[in-house]
Amino acid sequence: MLISRLLDHEKGGWAFLAVLLAAIVVVPIANLLIPEDSVFHLSTYMVTLLGKYLCYALLAIALDLVWGYCGILSLGHGAFFALGGYAMGMYLMRQVGSRGVYGHPELPDFMVFLDWDSLPWYWLGFDQFWFAMLMVMLVPGLLAFVFGWLAFRSRVSGVYLSIMTQALTYALMLAFFRNEMGFGGNNGLTDFKDILGSSLQTDFTRIVLFVSSAVALAAGYLLCRYIVTSKLGRVVTAVRDAEARTRFIGYRVEFYQVWIFTVSAVIAGIAGALYVPQVGIINPSEFQPLNSIELVVWVALGGRGTLYGAALGAGLVNYVKTILTGALPEIWLFVLGTLFVVVTVFLPKGVVGVWHQLRSRGTHD
Amino acid sequence: MVLSLACLLTLSVSADDAFTTAVNGLKTRSFADKYVAASQIAATSHPRADVVLNALLSGNLFTQRRSDLVVIATSLDKKGYRLIDAISGESLGEVGRRGAKKISVNNGLRRQLRGLIAGRQLSHEDSRLRLEAVEAIASSGDKALRSVLINRRLVEQQVAVREAIDIALVVFDLDVDDNLIRLAAIKASSDNLHPTVRVKLTNIANDQSVSTDVRSAASEALVNLETLSKRYQMVETFFFGLSLGSILVLAAIGLSITFGVMGVINMAHGELIMIGAYTTYVVQILFPGAIEYSLLIAVPAAFCVSGLVGIVIERSVIQFLYGRPLETLLATFGVSLILQQAVRSLFSPLNRTVLTPQWMSGSLEIAQGLSITYNRFYIFFFALLVFAALLLILQRTRLGLEVRAVTQNRSMAKAMGIRSTRVDIMTFGLGAGIAGVAGVALSQLTNVGPNLGQGYIVDSFMVVVFGGVGNLWGTLVAGLSLGVVNKFIEPAAGAVMAKILVLVFIILFIQKRPRGLFPQKGRAVED
Repeated sequence: MLISRLLDHEKGGWAFLAVLLAAIVVVPIANLLIPEDSVFHLSTYMVTLLGKYLCYALLAIALDLVWGYCGILSLGHGAFFALGGYAMGMYLMRQVGSRGVYGHPELPDFMVFLDWDSLPWYWLGFDQFWFAMLMVMLVPGLLAFVFGWLAFRSRVSGVYLSIMTQALTYALMLAFFRNEMGFGGNNGLTDFKDILGSSLQTDFTRIVLFVSSAVALAAGYLLCRYIVTSKLGRVVTAVRDAEARTRFIGYRVEFYQVWIFTVSAVIAGIAGALYVPQVGIINPSEFQPLNSIELVVWVALGGRGTLYGAALGAGLVNYVKTILTGALPEIWLFVLGTLFVVVTVFLPKGVVGVWHQLRSRGTHD
Repeated sequence: MVLSLACLLTLSVSADDAFTTAVNGLKTRSFADKYVAASQIAATSHPRADVVLNALLSGNLFTQRRSDLVVIATSLDKKGYRLIDAISGESLGEVGRRGAKKISVNNGLRRQLRGLIAGRQLSHEDSRLRLEAVEAIASSGDKALRSVLINRRLVEQQVAVREAIDIALVVFDLDVDDNLIRLAAIKASSDNLHPTVRVKLTNIANDQSVSTDVRSAASEALVNLETLSKRYQMVETFFFGLSLGSILVLAAIGLSITFGVMGVINMAHGELIMIGAYTTYVVQILFPGAIEYSLLIAVPAAFCVSGLVGIVIERSVIQFLYGRPLETLLATFGVSLILQQAVRSLFSPLNRTVLTPQWMSGSLEIAQGLSITYNRFYIFFFALLVFAALLLILQRTRLGLEVRAVTQNRSMAKAMGIRSTRVDIMTFGLGAGIAGVAGVALSQLTNVGPNLGQGYIVDSFMVVVFGGVGNLWGTLVAGLSLGVVNKFIEPAAGAVMAKILVLVFIILFIQKRPRGLFPQKGRAVED
């Protein structure tokens, strides 16, 4: 009932959820039950790849929530994604225990290498799964809250805000590159062994991670739908379309902006946490400004302000990227660059917008 | 006539004899005696004196076992030596490894030898070599050369060399066992940051055998030197900061115009800088014989190339996106990726070497212990020059007037008959051209590669935002002050941490003053 209320007049949303549900059912069967020599067998590599796309899609939805519905173009959402990833990475690192190269019972390898004799205080508690999951949401959320509070309260908006968010992720990248920070410096966190007691290398764990990503994506989508269809969502849209007018009517615009920004950052953090165990590494290059901007193009290509379009865009761009960087690596940047230009100049509403245009033209004729 | 000729002959023969005796005197085992012989060699005017002394210094002077001649040997890797007679310069053929015995030297003798060689060099016609010689004599601490210096002081024409000699004489006086001379020398050297002076003063201050007033004067002078060198360090840091700041200004100033006038966020600005740097590289390839003038050619060339690329970007992409700053940000970011990859495919992903002209290498010595490298010095003034030129264009030309009008109120300017499209094209071309010029300057300081621009884009935006959009003076002040602040934090916190702190500072600053240091005034600002 709730779902049907959330997806009222959203055919694309229904289709999106149906595809996700189908994936949750089909992918495990195709990977685990169908024998390997069959054409319908799905390799574990593909499962991991799809799982990665799902995390990207969740991240894209998080950005669409702030950009498409609130008009805040964040060029630093990769930072929240990476922070969530680091929180997960720290948990996985603690799970390695004494199986590291140096065999230290408590310290991760890189700390032994740096000659540290005890865990820094901010690593405490990360051996508990629940604590790590709490941090996955809390750290990006808190950063977004503080940053948003400072920025929106003094009415930093538009281009200035975009550049500030870019500076934020750039500063974090520089900071995480430092060995003294205690997050593995250049190499980041890697060589994970297991999660919640089961090895990361088994097909079953991979499938569980894939299904969790799909469920998280569906839940994230519904949560965002819930927000944008609520009364709060209406105000947020009003802020996007006419910030000054909304303020004059009597709404505290900055409260809505901070709230949306924080929720979006938390979702991005969760996406990062699901991403790290699947790819097996998290390092400071995730903070690169380029990553965050690339994320914007996913959303723009799919269609901003539609949520499922953002997820679609993430899938499309990354699929092309996987193929091109494998086959013609020097072409990829040309394609990505052209994509930026073409989407912004010719497709301001993205693929979903074009689809709607074609459909409405069809019904009118 | 004949008599006088014979007289001359005997004279030169006796000079030759003195040289021969002195060279043979080197065969002694005692280092002190070797020094005596070496100084006798140095005193002769024999043409081979320098060769022999240098051979001794570098350990190539040997004695041949069979004939007991002093010889200069070149090693034939492990097989033996090729020998040349030290006195006559004739070749003596090759001998086995055991056929010659090295004339050994120790560190003390080496230092004295350097002084002796320098003493001979002191009368060389090249004043730079003379300066080097004075330096070497001062470092050798050889008291016998003091008189050589004094003699040279009387005939020396160059002021710089005379001053150097004075300093060197003071250094010698520090070692004199007379308290009065010593005190005077200590007093005279209290602003001399020469490393030898410091060593000498520290020795005097710690030497128990020296009288207490001399020692206290020495430690006082040392304290003085310490504060002086600290002050110089401050000046140096300040200059490094200004140098970094001038680069930031150069990189950011073009951005400031396009951002301020057109509301366009040009993320491809860094790549336009990179194109300027590559233009320098291409100019040096095209004119390999004119490296000295390459930068003078490269500056207008880079301005044109980057400016044209900028105009192409404006016509092909940006003109469709006016009034939508966030979209221009994304589209120009795409352009930047394309440009980067294009340069990578065209040249190579590796860094290219851009040569530095002679007049930009080396450093300018302002005072003893305080010197500034020429390239940073020139680039600082170059940045000021570019800034002044831009200011002149904006304040004194028709284009500048139109640009300012469009910046303040586009629709009103249009209504007054200004063709804003043309202004847009010209402004964007100007901004891009200045980025290219910045690239020429940067090619002298950093590696020229496809990623050159990427590293500057965040910094440039910070400068523009900090200074206030569309405000040239704001960009100048912001760029220079950020550079200086960065360099002053660096020694305490490290380079990366300094950068992070500056970024955090700007993020916080923007909260307080969302429109930068010098906000633009006018009705259009609120849009």
